[in-house]
Amino acid sequence: MTLKVVVVGGGVVGAACAFHAASAGLDVTVVDRGPVGAGTTSRGEGNVLLSDKEPGPELDLARLSRALWDEAGEELGADLFELEPKGGLVVARTDEGLAALGVFAARQARAGVRVEPVDRVRELEPHLAPGLPGGVHYPQDAQVQPVRAAVALLDAAVRRGARTRTAEVAAAVTGRDGALTGVRTAAGDVLPADAVVNAAGTWGGEVGRRLGAPVEVLPRRGFVLVTEPLPPMVRHKVYSADYVAGVASSDAGLETSCVVEGTRGGTVLIGASRERVGFDTRLNPAVVTRLAAQACRLFPFLRGTHLIRTYRGFRPYCPDHLPVVGPDPRAPGVVHACGHEGAGIGLAPATGALVTAHLLGRPWRGADPAAHTALLPDRLVSRGGASR
Amino acid sequence: MGTTGETADLVVVGAGPAGLAAAVTALAGGLRVALVDSAGTVGGQFWRHPPDTARAAIPTADLHHGLRDYRALREALAAAGDRGRLDLRLAHHVWSVTRDEDGFTVHTVDRRRAPEETAVTLRAPRLLVATGAYDRQLPFPGWDLPGVLTLGGLQALLKGGGVVAGDRVALGGTGPFLLPVAAALAARGARVVTVCEAAGPSAWLRSPGPLLRNPAKGAEGARYGLTLARHGVRFRPRTAIVAAEGTDRVTSVEIASLAADGSPRPGTERRVEADTVGVGWGFVPQLDLLVPLGCALADSDDGSTVVAVDAGQRTTVPGLYAAGEVCGVGGARLSLAEGRLAAESVLADHGAAPVLGRGRRAAVRATVKRHRAFARALARAHPVPSAWSRWLTDDTVVCRCEEVTAGAVRAARTDGGARDHRQVKQLTRAGMGWCQGRVCGPAVHCLVAPHRSYTPTERLVATPLTLGALADLDHARENTGGAAHE
Ligand SMILES: Cc1cc2nc3c(=O)[nH]c(=O)nc-3n(C[C@H](O)[C@H](O)[C@H](O)COP(=O)(O)OP(=O)(O)OC[C@H]3O[C@@H](n4cnc5c(N)ncnc54)[C@H](O)[C@@H]3O)c2cc1C
Ligand SMILES: Cc1cc2nc3c(=O)[nH]c(=O)nc-3n(C[C@H](O)[C@H](O)[C@H](O)COP(=O)(O)OP(=O)(O)OC[C@H]3O[C@@H](n4cnc5c(N)ncnc54)[C@H](O)[C@@H]3O)c2cc1C
Repeated sequence: MTLKVVVVGGGVVGAACAFHAASAGLDVTVVDRGPVGAGTTSRGEGNVLLSDKEPGPELDLARLSRALWDEAGEELGADLFELEPKGGLVVARTDEGLAALGVFAARQARAGVRVEPVDRVRELEPHLAPGLPGGVHYPQDAQVQPVRAAVALLDAAVRRGARTRTAEVAAAVTGRDGALTGVRTAAGDVLPADAVVNAAGTWGGEVGRRLGAPVEVLPRRGFVLVTEPLPPMVRHKVYSADYVAGVASSDAGLETSCVVEGTRGGTVLIGASRERVGFDTRLNPAVVTRLAAQACRLFPFLRGTHLIRTYRGFRPYCPDHLPVVGPDPRAPGVVHACGHEGAGIGLAPATGALVTAHLLGRPWRGADPAAHTALLPDRLVSRGGASR
Repeated sequence: MGTTGETADLVVVGAGPAGLAAAVTALAGGLRVALVDSAGTVGGQFWRHPPDTARAAIPTADLHHGLRDYRALREALAAAGDRGRLDLRLAHHVWSVTRDEDGFTVHTVDRRRAPEETAVTLRAPRLLVATGAYDRQLPFPGWDLPGVLTLGGLQALLKGGGVVAGDRVALGGTGPFLLPVAAALAARGARVVTVCEAAGPSAWLRSPGPLLRNPAKGAEGARYGLTLARHGVRFRPRTAIVAAEGTDRVTSVEIASLAADGSPRPGTERRVEADTVGVGWGFVPQLDLLVPLGCALADSDDGSTVVAVDAGQRTTVPGLYAAGEVCGVGGARLSLAEGRLAAESVLADHGAAPVLGRGRRAAVRATVKRHRAFARALARAHPVPSAWSRWLTDDTVVCRCEEVTAGAVRAARTDGGARDHRQVKQLTRAGMGWCQGRVCGPAVHCLVAPHRSYTPTERLVATPLTLGALADLDHARENTGGAAHE
């Protein structure tokens, strides 16, 4: 009998889970309370980065994911979701910064990332400020359009037999033996299920609780600035080496270290800040001005460029800044796939493959559960015991 | 560089009829007021004027109504300025407003020496937003040709610079605003070749009550009617401009009679030569500063969302007041009255004595009520015709900034499942360009969700501004030791 899987969340992660599970022949239903990709996925910039990750479990997942984005591009058409392997350029602002970046990049290289030290950064990016001491080019860094990517993956899943459903998931339904038999919606409908995937992103904590498998997923606010359209001025994803520190940090306050990149539409994106302020939706002008100042320092021509928009989103993060991917030990049938913080778009395909591997009980498309044990929910479950 | 500090008791954004009346009333009540407008002069849309320096050279008095009120308001402002109670910030565009425990921070960009831009920050415990409304545009084939403008745009050229935009002008759309624009252009020597009003001539008869209770409005309409008759201008009810033609510039329009649902009646199409076209489908409230502050919005009867206010013009956010067309489109008289009421509420909440006596306040309230009822009746009589999208071809551009066609928007709805203008934006880029959907948002909304009111996307930046101006603000903050790290 085919395994019935309900995926909660139609963001890029849920769409990737549905795509891989449906490709593996499972019976898939994706449930979202809103439209596809309207959650944090519509707020992300679409960076698919290896450059910002230090060796460890997240980089392992990212490397697999990078390869799977290429595969998805070949299967579905890279243009459909604007997959662009444009490469990243990390620039140092001081000699000390450059030395630290060099050490970091060497460690990444040993973990299998392609790194290319660059002396004259303006040969790669002619409009960079003069006097920057150097940087590292990461040719594998790429970009996708997140909402289009979610739509493309979900459409492909539907072509492979998956269903979609608009509903708010309220609870798990279990049989007399405690095994999962379905998922109840807020409207009271029950969708039969042998397994349920928690791909609810920033709301993964709440959905986990409703499914009897609470995990701690918290919001981390980020702002992105969007400029008026320009002729192509910025070719790569360019960021200052300070960013590497920002990503790894768990400081509660504001961190900004901007990534600057051009898009197909001609706009330049500048992002993103990181603040832990709960779901506070207000604009923080200090963030906007700081990002602007940093971007202008990297690319002085931007001083005369207009900001036309800024938007914000809430990255889903776990206290240890690793995504939680795998079966919950307390609630048989519940598989988590959330908490990807600022990398959920990049990490989506590998997450989908890994979830599918967990469901199948064997490796799938290069994702071997045995190789990604650091992402299992067990680490977050200190008190143990099912609570449903 | 940026200036910061507790600058006033009240910041008023918008110096149109509503903001002017509010500022003058609050000043009369003894408050210190900062009045901010992106324009170079006070007056808003209704009393738009050439810059003060050019006023003698460009006479516009004949184009205006209620100039006595306008002059009185300006004099009151000048007097308050002399006493140091007014901080008048013209050519300052507010790009964001934020709220904290002690009040509001109003982030502006000073453009007096444009293209130079300087960020200036104002603070006050209370804020009054009177940012008005702007033309609702619906696309039609050829609307992106040079020479095709909005009704408001034509009027603004006339009042703001004495410019008669063309020799042969065709006007279309719906609503009472067609009349003053046609009358003013005709009086200033343009040939108004046609005035196409989509609504039927009997639209008023369905609910004549509010008109009967507003005799002044009836008289105003009759006056415009006389002016048009004197210049031989044809007013065509239940007719629309359905296309504009021309190569480098518009040279003619196609007009058609409309069936009851607003679709063009086959066989009635006619070509009319014109070198300038003005079209307007009513106005959309300018809510950019209000939406991010989280105040409750409400449905109006004209397909737009407005800010919800109580009988004293208070929004649901403490300390935040709104007046004028952000609360619903209803004309300058209504805006003036709302501005006064809002300022009275500010005074009361501030603990200051009222400026108007009890009787006058009741009279102003009654004026607001009467004009609101009138505006609602007008809105019902002049809806966007339900079948307006029939005159779009698949290659009609809907979003000019990103060049997204009607075909692409329709595909986003039927193939992409888009249910509102935000989803259309994600799938097609409509609304992602320079104007951020201010122009195409209402039209895209009408294409995908015609049965709901249009609620604008949240825009955290109300006007484009240079990254340099923002960067300077950051450096200023760093230098004064102000914290970017909260
Ligand atoms: C400013 C910013 C910039 C970013 N930049 C990047 C970047 O460049 N690269 C990158 O890889 N990542 C980036 N991210 C992070 C990325 O956006 C997220 O990690 C990713 O989108 C998470 O996807 P998701 O599918 O898990 O969550 P979401 O897209 O939020 O999807 C979760 C879905 O679950 C649904 N849901 C929630 N609760 C329920 C319920 N009870 N019932 C039914 N449905 C429910 C929601 O409606 C939602 O659609 C950025 C994030 C921000 C905020
Ligand atoms: C283009 C146009 C022309 C019009 N012409 C006429 C006419 O000739 N006759 C008529 O009866 N009605 C006219 N109207 C209708 C008119 O809006 C009202 O009759 C009346 O002016 C409304 O008054 P108000 O104070 O509510 O808003 P407005 O008069 O619109 O005043 C709003 C003010 O806020 C300012 N503002 C908006 N956003 C910001 C910001 N972010 N920062 C700083 N300042 C800001 C604007 O510059 C403007 O001065 C016109 C409307 C428009 C859009």
